[in-house]
Amino acid sequence: MNYPADLKYAGTDEWVRVEGDRATLGVSDFAQDQLSDLVFFEATVRVGERVAAGEQVATLESVKAAADVNSPVSGEILEINQPLAARPELVNTDPYGSGWMVKLKLTDKSELAALMDNTAYQRNTEARGGR
Amino acid sequence: MLEPLIYELSTPGRPGHRFPDPDVPLADLPEGMIRQDLMLPELSELEVVRHFVRLSQLNHAIDTGFYPLGSCSMKYNPKVNEDAARLPGFAHSHPLQDPSTQQGSLAVMYSLQDWLKEVGGFAGISLQPAAGAHGELSGILMIRAYHRDRGQPQRNKILVPDSAHGTNPATTTMSGLRVVELPSDARGNVDLEALRAECDETLAGLMLTNPNTLGLFEERVQEVVRLVHDNGGLVYGDGANMNALLGVVRPGDLGFDVLHFNLHKTFSTPHGGGGPGAGPVGVRDLLVDYLPGPVAAELEPESEALPPLYGLVMPTKSIGRVKAFHGHFGMHVRAYAFIRSHGKPGMRAIAEHAVLNANYLLAGLRQSYRVPFDRRCMHEFVAEGRFEGVPEIHALDVSKRLMDYGFHPPTNYFPLIVREALMIEPTETESKPTLDAFIEAMKAIAEEAHSEPELLKGAPHGTPFGRLDEVQAAKQLVLCCRPAELERAAL
Amino acid sequence: MSYIPHTEAERRQMLAAVGVESMDELFADVPASVRFPDLDLPKPASELEIMEELQLLSEANLNTRQAACFLGAGAYNHYIPSVVDHILRRNEFYTAYTPYQPEISQGTLQAIFEYQSLMCFLTGMEVSNASHYDGATALAEAAILALNVHQGKRDKLVLSPAIHPQYREVVRTYLQGQSLEIVGDESLGSRPEEYLDERTSLVAVQYPDFFGNLHDYGSLVVAAHAVGALVCVVANPIALGLLQPPSEFGADVVVGDGQPLGIPLSFGGPTIGFFTTREQFVRKMAGRLVGETVDSRGQRGYVLTLTPREQHIRRGRATSNICTNQGLMALAVTAYLSAVGKHGLRQVAELCYHKAHYAAERIAAVEGYGLWNRGPFFHEFVIRCPIPPAELNQHLLDHDILGGYDLGPEYPELKGHMLLAVTELNHKEDIDDLADALREAAHA
Repeated sequence: MNYPADLKYAGTDEWVRVEGDRATLGVSDFAQDQLSDLVFFEATVRVGERVAAGEQVATLESVKAAADVNSPVSGEILEINQPLAARPELVNTDPYGSGWMVKLKLTDKSELAALMDNTAYQRNTEARGGR
Repeated sequence: MLEPLIYELSTPGRPGHRFPDPDVPLADLPEGMIRQDLMLPELSELEVVRHFVRLSQLNHAIDTGFYPLGSCSMKYNPKVNEDAARLPGFAHSHPLQDPSTQQGSLAVMYSLQDWLKEVGGFAGISLQPAAGAHGELSGILMIRAYHRDRGQPQRNKILVPDSAHGTNPATTTMSGLRVVELPSDARGNVDLEALRAECDETLAGLMLTNPNTLGLFEERVQEVVRLVHDNGGLVYGDGANMNALLGVVRPGDLGFDVLHFNLHKTFSTPHGGGGPGAGPVGVRDLLVDYLPGPVAAELEPESEALPPLYGLVMPTKSIGRVKAFHGHFGMHVRAYAFIRSHGKPGMRAIAEHAVLNANYLLAGLRQSYRVPFDRRCMHEFVAEGRFEGVPEIHALDVSKRLMDYGFHPPTNYFPLIVREALMIEPTETESKPTLDAFIEAMKAIAEEAHSEPELLKGAPHGTPFGRLDEVQAAKQLVLCCRPAELERAAL
Repeated sequence: MSYIPHTEAERRQMLAAVGVESMDELFADVPASVRFPDLDLPKPASELEIMEELQLLSEANLNTRQAACFLGAGAYNHYIPSVVDHILRRNEFYTAYTPYQPEISQGTLQAIFEYQSLMCFLTGMEVSNASHYDGATALAEAAILALNVHQGKRDKLVLSPAIHPQYREVVRTYLQGQSLEIVGDESLGSRPEEYLDERTSLVAVQYPDFFGNLHDYGSLVVAAHAVGALVCVVANPIALGLLQPPSEFGADVVVGDGQPLGIPLSFGGPTIGFFTTREQFVRKMAGRLVGETVDSRGQRGYVLTLTPREQHIRRGRATSNICTNQGLMALAVTAYLSAVGKHGLRQVAELCYHKAHYAAERIAAVEGYGLWNRGPFFHEFVIRCPIPPAELNQHLLDHDILGGYDLGPEYPELKGHMLLAVTELNHKEDIDDLADALREAAHA
């Protein structure tokens, strides 16, 4: 299981990559492994929409599970990873790269403090049966 | 082995079923409203028969082999019940006929209501709901209506144990109420402390499956019920597991306020490849007026001179109809015949033998499979389909391998609180030799898991079809015959 | 009679293997105060006795094989080719359960896939689910789909008054927990167009409508789509053998009861609710779905698909609490449509149409009666009666005729009117007898 050190993680298995006041969001290696083969991705927000921390931004489905992807930070949606709709398996093969989901403009950077770093997140997933 | 689709068997111009010629003068057809094409197949009757008989042979069914699918009570479906439901007086009667021409059907419904009341310990029954989930929806809507009627609309919280069926939370959401999940304790019971913490002025009710989905009787069920009642809530019983309780204990006597029966589980009506079921609801006196309707009633009681006159009435504060007409009447006839054949002593015998069979299997399998909550089970139990030292083997692999031994697998991956769950329910209609053969097969598979794991991973081997690619099905959705391909095939 | 196979010797061996002395011991967890109640149930009966008893009860009913049936209103007396029930009685179909294990359930799965295909072609829509409980619950599910499509942001539902009254009741029952306005059916004169606005999630109409009338809903669909609302059409499947499918005038969802397609009346159930829609709504649609795929050996096969929408995975977030479809009834529909085929369905529909028009003409010519329908109708129509329909029906019963549905109780505007249905099972002589009996009743 891979947990890059340059990311922040939420207890609900989303990761955030921060560059200035912008953030990219996806789900972790652990999450994609738990969900197994993904067959569906749909963004539930539009570009320009504002979301508060904890609000849903996308839906994921595998053959045996469904998951809501929630943004752990507040902000304005700048971009949605359109190719994912046709190729949801990118979340399985490259969760931290081409499997990203949305980019947003942060409105409250202090929220980042509540997120975990990679070692804390790894401990968190191990407690839930991760490897 | 592959049977073509009905459309692929079609030949343009092939004569099919013939109806009589019109015996009345022809009327003008409405202009501009007639359809130009109708893509239905054209086959001879023999082609139709062979197609469906061949398809049927691709199924495992109760009548072809043991079907220990947990939580589904796959018991024998008596043949006389099928004949009874097809009697012309039942099969060919219209639901809106005058009640005076329907006294036989109404008497069947009335008696069935009476017997279900007696078996469940309830004051009223509605036969309207079409399935278990439909009965659940009726029950939760009744609980909601009850609180609102008493001026307590803030009671909008339904507690659901984490071992519950997925229908329980889904029903709650559908009814416009809020779900709060309760954890199970180490013995598989509802965690009383967690329950106590949720008992407040927003409590509408608790949904409880008893025996629960681990096949265990709630050891403190009366305390659980009392706690909910003392805090103004009502208790909903999921009757999926009534097969363990017939003649043993009545949910109404345990304090359940409302419960749905599954006629297709407990009372032997056929599962039909996934429906039609029937999910009557029973209630204690405080909910009788809220039942979905109409229900069968005695309009004029029996007198010395006359038999009773039955009719259909709508309860005074009814949540309304949950379907058109009066429920799955065809299933009511079958359940009537089943209860009639067992009678009073037979009810208890059903539960006793269902529980005996389950405990016998548990005793036979305990050495080969881990049983997470190992105490006396009721009519079913949950084992784990995983083995020390062979992490690649999952419950699903055990299931698929069982097919090679001629058995239908147990329920997989449910309840969610058990890892690699295999939920096994034999029912009372299976004999000892069948159970022994199943135990032997399960033991052999447990050994194979260690000695030849690839045998399990690649299973099933002896069935007409190998494992199907569910990922492809979900990614490249093909949900009906594609007209373009059919046209190409026709050329 | 009992279906429990155990011998006394086996019972003893099994109790010993479990480690208990008696059956009673198995139930030690059940509170003693309420254990083993003394049930007031009849004595067990033999198969012979049960069949005699049920035979007698069934004969206390008047059935549509004994009387000429002109009653419809949502349940129709049609001929069922023998082959249909022979297929339903295949043990491998009716004693199987939901096809959770596709390797040993291809019979059920392929039959459902064929059912979905047949329903798509019949309604003209792109996708069909594996079915709902009945037509009324399918309509309720269409309303829920529309709410979900609009993500709960639209809180109004428009129902035509010419939808089956019980269907409208079921929609209200299902949705009583949602804060929602259900309008449009306050009086017979209401027109759905008048209620459309930006809050409307769905408009529902019936085709042919409850009174048998045929409408082209094209302009209603345009108006509904203009405000972003979906349109659901409740259709009679036999009528679709003759008439343009609702897809032609732009319906978004087409539902209905499949009972006319090979399912006996059976006092109203079980029947089947069909549900078809556009591909874009497939993930918002409730109910089971079967999809095509391949197996590990490269063979084409079928599986339940898009299951994450369902209750057993989504639990509290599921689209619906539905577990099963009406499996065996879907098989009946599939077998019926396969047996009658393209020409047979058209033939049945035309027989219904012609006989209904003959009947309407005959009855309208009887003094005191009149045809209420103004435009085209299919196989049901409304007649004005000179005496209350309830009385009329009693009189008809004396002639072994099951008369029509009394419209007064549900539609005060139609007091003294009766809805009659005519199918291929009504012979010309039955219709002539009906007209004669109506004449006699009016002058009695």
